[in-house]
Amino acid sequence: MEPLPGIDRRAMLRGLAAAVAALPALGTMAAPAAAAPAAAATLGSWPVSTLEAFADTLVPGERRSPSDRAIAGAASGPGAVQAGVITLLTSPDLPLNPLLPGIAALLDARATAYAISRLILLPLDRPPFVGLSFDHRTTLVTGLFRADDLDRPIWQLLAFLVGLAFDTAAHRHTAQALAEGHPGLVWTGFPQPDADGLWRYPSHSYGTALAEPHPATTPSGSPA
Amino acid sequence: MSPQTTDVLVIGSGFGGAIPAYHLAAAGARVTVLERGPRLATEDFTHDLDLGAYPRIVDVIKGDGISVVAGNCVGGGSVVYFAASLRAPSFVFDRRDASGRRLWPASLSRAALDPWYEQVEQALPVTKLDWPDVSYAGGVLAAACDRAGHTCNPVPVAVDRARCTDCNWMLSGCRFGAKRSMLLNYLPAAEAHGAEIRPLHEVQLIRPSTVPGYRYAVDYTTVDPADYTCPTGAGTLHTKVLVLAAGAVGTPVLLQRSALALGGVPPAVGGYFSGNGDRVSVAELDEGKVRSLLGLARSATVAYEALHIGMPITAASFDRLDARAPEFSRFTLQQIYFPTVTNSLAQTAGGRWSGVAKKQMRARWRSWLTVLAMTEDEAEGSFGVPPLTGSFTRLANGLGLGTMRFAPTAGTRRGWSEADTHARAVLERDGLATVRPWSEDVAGTVTAHPLASCRLGDSAAISALTELNELRTHPGLFVTDGAAVPTSLTVNPSLTIAALAERACPAIAARCAQYGVAVRYAPSDPLTGATRGGDIAAAARAVAARAGA
Repeated sequence: MEPLPGIDRRAMLRGLAAAVAALPALGTMAAPAAAAPAAAATLGSWPVSTLEAFADTLVPGERRSPSDRAIAGAASGPGAVQAGVITLLTSPDLPLNPLLPGIAALLDARATAYAISRLILLPLDRPPFVGLSFDHRTTLVTGLFRADDLDRPIWQLLAFLVGLAFDTAAHRHTAQALAEGHPGLVWTGFPQPDADGLWRYPSHSYGTALAEPHPATTPSGSPA
Repeated sequence: MSPQTTDVLVIGSGFGGAIPAYHLAAAGARVTVLERGPRLATEDFTHDLDLGAYPRIVDVIKGDGISVVAGNCVGGGSVVYFAASLRAPSFVFDRRDASGRRLWPASLSRAALDPWYEQVEQALPVTKLDWPDVSYAGGVLAAACDRAGHTCNPVPVAVDRARCTDCNWMLSGCRFGAKRSMLLNYLPAAEAHGAEIRPLHEVQLIRPSTVPGYRYAVDYTTVDPADYTCPTGAGTLHTKVLVLAAGAVGTPVLLQRSALALGGVPPAVGGYFSGNGDRVSVAELDEGKVRSLLGLARSATVAYEALHIGMPITAASFDRLDARAPEFSRFTLQQIYFPTVTNSLAQTAGGRWSGVAKKQMRARWRSWLTVLAMTEDEAEGSFGVPPLTGSFTRLANGLGLGTMRFAPTAGTRRGWSEADTHARAVLERDGLATVRPWSEDVAGTVTAHPLASCRLGDSAAISALTELNELRTHPGLFVTDGAAVPTSLTVNPSLTIAALAERACPAIAARCAQYGVAVRYAPSDPLTGATRGGDIAAAARAVAARAGA
């Protein structure tokens, strides 16, 4: 068995896997992974703002400041942005980094088309999707998940990751995220572990018979 | 360099692979097991939703219209499953297709499989729960069933209750060595008899062997333990008998890719894919009514707020498993917990899964009760053109895109609708809860129970395997995982997959003997090595006789 050469092949395979299969519409836009920027810092403020606005549409939160535009401010309390969605999307555990500008551009293109078809005047100082109101963002995003939308797999994957950022703090160790007060875990009431970082529930049952078992149950507890 | 050879090569190490690996090794064959995922021990399993943790051993594979949750480690699905261990009801084995053809072989009925079920129940072993083991969530379902005039059972589980801490992290493997995965019984027993288990070996191709005396050659790549998309090497193993148990989303893809090299495979390979009719709903409980209607309370101030507490599956109602009822109206309704990874799928009153109302629903997460209906589907899924390598295109550890497509038929939808109606009748009575099925917008239908993509049967037109799990066109190539199960089961499939794998072992042993491998198979207990007598021994003799031994 002969080891194959290391890092270049790894990066190439990663880029191929993502570009070929996951995001066919973006295959031509995606730069090869090896040549792509390494982290969110180089993503640029417009793509970040667009992606934040998408995440905020799914799990809305309050604005970080009065001048916040990406977050629409439709709900009180923290949303997906505060939960760290950009940190997750740019995580080295995912091969998405080189594709994020393309995804943001695709969403902004959809927003532009949406605005034109409804005679909505978009402000010029922010990305088109960010320029939409929360209600319009919601209408647009709902349409992205219709079965006939060609780019649906992209939005499904992105929505899945937005959910992971809020509901699981997927970019942090769970016990650590809880200790740091991760906004999503706090919001849902995710339980605290024992001192050793493991969960145990000595009290876990009402402890009494609560229904009759089915009369045809077999001795091993199965249906007949 | 001389070629690598073995008597029996097993691809995959879950229920379908570990069981033949043990029995053939115990019978005296040289056994090698190739497993795509890593090998973790009890102390390696973590309580952690970090992307670097559970995605090491669990894959979410998204297809068109369906997403599958599957194991990816030594022990396969048995490491990440929820341990519910139920025999499939009798009527399942009598199901027929629209043309009136039996979907299961005539030789397979519940009675015929019962000795093999018993063998697995003793080997794991399976524990019959009592009410103090039933979680708060299971208790609420049971009390609601009772109040609605239905029965509800504690579910038998493959869990050592003395070790279990009711932590509810079963998807991450068991940190306390309580869940009876293949890591605790069949696999160490196989190794004690000389079997070799090779983790991080992903099989790519099956082809005829050119080594005299060997029937199949299997080409594999080894993968980086930190990044499964990165190959680190490659090799070939030659074997006399091949046992394919790569899982219902792995096995058909591997055979599809190998079709040309093998001179064709049966047309049913990659067809008839079933999600076991899985239908998940979230019931939002009214805490006050849990107390006032059901009379339940955890403390003076808290009635429930316990979605996250206890074993993930503890209670189920069998009331809708009446053999006389029409097809697509029969199902098990079961309490279940899904990790918060799936929170996105829960719907609000308006049928929306995102937005302001959904965020408010998340704030009531502890008051959710999740239920799983396992219904009768029509096995209407199929696999498209296989990817260049692997069984799906891996995007990252834990995440991939598969080629399977699932467009639910009217029959399958009717099954889901019947289950939805029943769940509402039980749980929405007098305002106890509001019940809504998971959205299909984000991931299609979601199943942890993929089945039937390379199924056994009597008819070559609709099944890829003989009644004894052998690929019709290729003697000595057996399929023993969930792919072989012909239909949805209306219960969790692990015990049936395991029982069918047990039943295939005398047939595999018979082939070994025909191909010159000295084997002496007898049904035995992996934990003690004790040989089984009685019904199990008789059933083994009957299978061996049909296999021509």
